[in-house]
Amino acid sequence: MSLHELLISPFAEFDFMRRALVGCVVLALSCAPVGVLLVLRRMSLMGDALSHAVLPGAAVGYLIGGFALPWLAGGGIVAALLVAVLAGVAGRYTVLNEDASFAGFYLMALALGVVLISRWGSQVDLIHLLFGSVLAIDDAALYVVAGVATISLAWLALCYRGMVLECVDPGFLAAAGRGGSPYHLGLIVLTVLNLVAGFQAMGTLMAIGLMMLPATVARLWADTLPGLMGVAWLVGLVSTVAGLLVSYHAGLPSGPAIVLVASLFYLVSLTVAPHGWRGQRGPQSDTR
Amino acid sequence: MITLDHVSVKYRQRLAVAEVCGTFTTGRSTAIVGPNGAGKTTLLKAMAGLLPASSGQIHTPERVAYLPQRTELDRQFPMTVAELALSGSWRRSGAWRRLDRTEQERAAHALAHMGLAELTNRPIGTLSGGQLQRARFARLMVQDAPVLLLDEPLNNLDPASRDLLLKQLTDWQIEGRTVIAVMHDLDLVSRHFDETLLLSGTVQAWGATAAVLAAARAEIGFTGHSLWVNPLAEEAGS
Repeated sequence: MSLHELLISPFAEFDFMRRALVGCVVLALSCAPVGVLLVLRRMSLMGDALSHAVLPGAAVGYLIGGFALPWLAGGGIVAALLVAVLAGVAGRYTVLNEDASFAGFYLMALALGVVLISRWGSQVDLIHLLFGSVLAIDDAALYVVAGVATISLAWLALCYRGMVLECVDPGFLAAAGRGGSPYHLGLIVLTVLNLVAGFQAMGTLMAIGLMMLPATVARLWADTLPGLMGVAWLVGLVSTVAGLLVSYHAGLPSGPAIVLVASLFYLVSLTVAPHGWRGQRGPQSDTR
Repeated sequence: MITLDHVSVKYRQRLAVAEVCGTFTTGRSTAIVGPNGAGKTTLLKAMAGLLPASSGQIHTPERVAYLPQRTELDRQFPMTVAELALSGSWRRSGAWRRLDRTEQERAAHALAHMGLAELTNRPIGTLSGGQLQRARFARLMVQDAPVLLLDEPLNNLDPASRDLLLKQLTDWQIEGRTVIAVMHDLDLVSRHFDETLLLSGTVQAWGATAAVLAAARAEIGFTGHSLWVNPLAEEAGS
């Protein structure tokens, strides 16, 4: 197999691969900075919980409208935001911490989603919803991805200063600005929107991978916030292109293929990056 | 002037502070002291607008600068010392306004005053505890508020940093600012604060520092490190 056949032909010959490439590259650009903020805010597991919470809404949407995006996306957004609100309320008004209440609600949502699809859908439907399919990326899906990316990047550009302060010292921001919660809430909404935009190509279980893994890799390499976002963008871009090629040549679902490539970056970075095992210098080794 | 009118505040669904009445005089310094769990931080957060009063009224001026405990700041966040100091301009610059030359100079002056001029481009994660607290004081200087609410500002500091920050507290009083600080070291309180509020869920004493500390030691044996606990917490726990 020539290099051309390996790297270029899949995108040159097949329309669905070109759509997947455009969709996933735009998604990577949008997800990377959101993931960086989640990692810095120590909300990585909350992002994971939200990705699971999307499933029952997407399942209900699928059972009503099939793979039509408005139903899938609408159901997913409603379900994830509902879980976020319920977990927040439980965290505030009971002795449970927010992460514990998130764990309770996302497990409930995940189980409910699997039961819904298993009972009224098929095994293939479940696999597509959980792990994604590049064949599902139509024009409507591309519009959704482009719309979400535009909203995400515009929000981050407009609220960059506030979101940074909310991450580093939320108590200070709340007192100085009389409230930091719009930024916290904004980050949760952006996370949900990006997860929903990604789940046709990546699947509900894998969409979070394109958000968190590039950000986690970036944390091991960069010292500044622009640096972190730059590295995360680069890792996201390379992972999506390489992942789609692996998916095409090996006949694998696209979501896991992309996440596996990003995981490879993660494992290598853990070993050789300045803040990985080799480095042991910088913020991680400071006393608190 | 900050006035507390029968203020009660809950923390995690439990009453932490009850029926606090009194006034923090403008231009004076007040130390809030009391045993662990006395509700000192809760009361300070309520005055900063971070916790709602479950009953009563808190009257504060519009501009209040609040220094949370040092552990609340994420030191691993990739931010430089200069950026931390500049963040004190949030109330004036908000989310969008450009940080102009005046704000940059204000931050640079504050950092130089705190002896951090050489460290402005260092990540905050590489600072020692004393250096970080000085950087946070520089941020307070940039905030330029008439009332300062400080939660344990002098805990666990090296002597040089502690002396520098104590001098800054004095300078703020000379400038006519109102300083209210949660403190543990009663020796520092007796030497540097005009008034003292002894808190243990409710107000035990509030007035001139010498009189309050003398009464506290004589009547209830409070030394700043006693195991005497907040009766409200005992009641809630029983």
